[in-house]
Amino acid sequence: MSDIAKSDDVDRSRRKFLKTSGTTAAVGVLSAYLPAHASTEQSSQTDVSRSAIEGAMPITLRINGKEHKLRLDPRTTLLDCIRETVTLTGTKKGCDHGQCGACTVHVNGKRVLSCLNLAVMHDGHEITTIEGLGTPDALHPMQAAFLACDGYQCGYCTSGQIMSAVALLKEPCGPDDASVKELMSGNICRCGAYANIVAAIQQVRKHG
Amino acid sequence: MRMFEFIRPTDSQAAVAAAAQSKTAQQGADVRFMGGGTTLIDLMKLNVETPARVLDINRLPFDKIADTTVGGLDIGATVRNSDLAYHPRVQRDYSVLSQAILQGASAQIRNMATVGGNLLQRTRCVYFRDTAMPCNKREPGSGCPAITGHNRTLAILGTSEHCIATNPSDMCIAMAALEATIHIQGPKGTRTVAFGDFHVLPGNTPERETILEPGDLITHVTLPPPMSGSKHLYLKLRDRASYEFALASAAVVLVIGGGKITRARIALGGVGTKPWRSPEAETALTGKPANDATFREAAAAALRNAKPQSENGFKIELAKRCLTHALRTAAAA
Repeated sequence: MSDIAKSDDVDRSRRKFLKTSGTTAAVGVLSAYLPAHASTEQSSQTDVSRSAIEGAMPITLRINGKEHKLRLDPRTTLLDCIRETVTLTGTKKGCDHGQCGACTVHVNGKRVLSCLNLAVMHDGHEITTIEGLGTPDALHPMQAAFLACDGYQCGYCTSGQIMSAVALLKEPCGPDDASVKELMSGNICRCGAYANIVAAIQQVRKHG
Repeated sequence: MRMFEFIRPTDSQAAVAAAAQSKTAQQGADVRFMGGGTTLIDLMKLNVETPARVLDINRLPFDKIADTTVGGLDIGATVRNSDLAYHPRVQRDYSVLSQAILQGASAQIRNMATVGGNLLQRTRCVYFRDTAMPCNKREPGSGCPAITGHNRTLAILGTSEHCIATNPSDMCIAMAALEATIHIQGPKGTRTVAFGDFHVLPGNTPERETILEPGDLITHVTLPPPMSGSKHLYLKLRDRASYEFALASAAVVLVIGGGKITRARIALGGVGTKPWRSPEAETALTGKPANDATFREAAAAALRNAKPQSENGFKIELAKRCLTHALRTAAAA
């Protein structure tokens, strides 16, 4: 990349782009994904400000009760916005194609896959991520139940599992394990902790 | 993903006018309406779809379900699958639709996917989804590697020498059996299309999947009044118990009186290049006694013109047994 950037044939905008990409490579994102404060810090080094990003759109998201005013490349998925822009990394990227459920968050109280959503579609919406459920000192009952029932092994799918499980509490779901399994089928666990996940959910449904 | 302009039209007229600029409303459209995004964003990430403009229609007033004056149901195009499946009237009067939706995708995807988007759900054929491979649907004239390649999950009904891709929708199979009507707002005004005329067979132009033209916006779907005393069932057979596409499915709506079938509406999923209504099965059932012999005859009639590929011949027997079992279960209910 640096060889290309040094070439005299490269026009200025392309060089600027590559230079910006290079400086942000440490965090693995383009400047379009950076939160406002990070971008301001960047601008003194790179002379590329957020407003110069072609096609970037202003949006406001309420994430875990906190308002975020952002400018985003419209291609930014809700998942990448949450992880890279707002830097809430509890939400995980698994398949990035709507097949695994690791990226499950709540939008206006309903569970959705943040990888198959564009962030700009959610201007003004209320988003809840795993960080918004509880704190280490005051766990959400579902988080406590996953701990008590050992509802995970590696933990990568866990935030998605818990977000789905919390949403399930408010959905039409039969009392039996089979009904829980059916409504949790969109969350894949590579470690195979399913039996304990179902136990954790049933514990919360029965005992709160 | 290719860069695009994201636009939120203020009303349906603005949406239609913007979409009318597209060269096509079919594969490769340069303007796309965005509903739930569950298909479109996936395909944009794969560069299978590369629209220059994306029109967000989620805030247009098409999110209502309402009774029609004649006892049917109007369903807005942006109604979410989960809201439709759990709607009291759908559960009571159009149970086959509720069952079909709840057997599709996952709870998260059902909270996102819209009715309009599901009408336009794209095939899961692996060659269509892989831009490194030829595909007549994606790049007309490039060839169909599925015919000599991986075709276990692909279609046995309605195929052509150019395309054997399966329509993957569950919702559409129920809507075909319920004889829904699709309402479209286009540059020249509004029109309605019978469900069976909405999707088209691949033939020589597999890139064309529906009758939609540039600017056409699906606004809502109407279900006719429910058939009095009808029994409903959606049976879906697949490789795993949940969160999987159908290898074969059957939507069954039956009215039985005096031991005889008086009315039958049958559609099959997972086996057709479009949602597969079977008038052959309906004819074989109507006026006949509701017994196993009739059901088997209807299933044989439905699959009579099936054409197996190298890996999916099993689907013919599977689809027959699926329909037979669905009819038997519905009749006994």
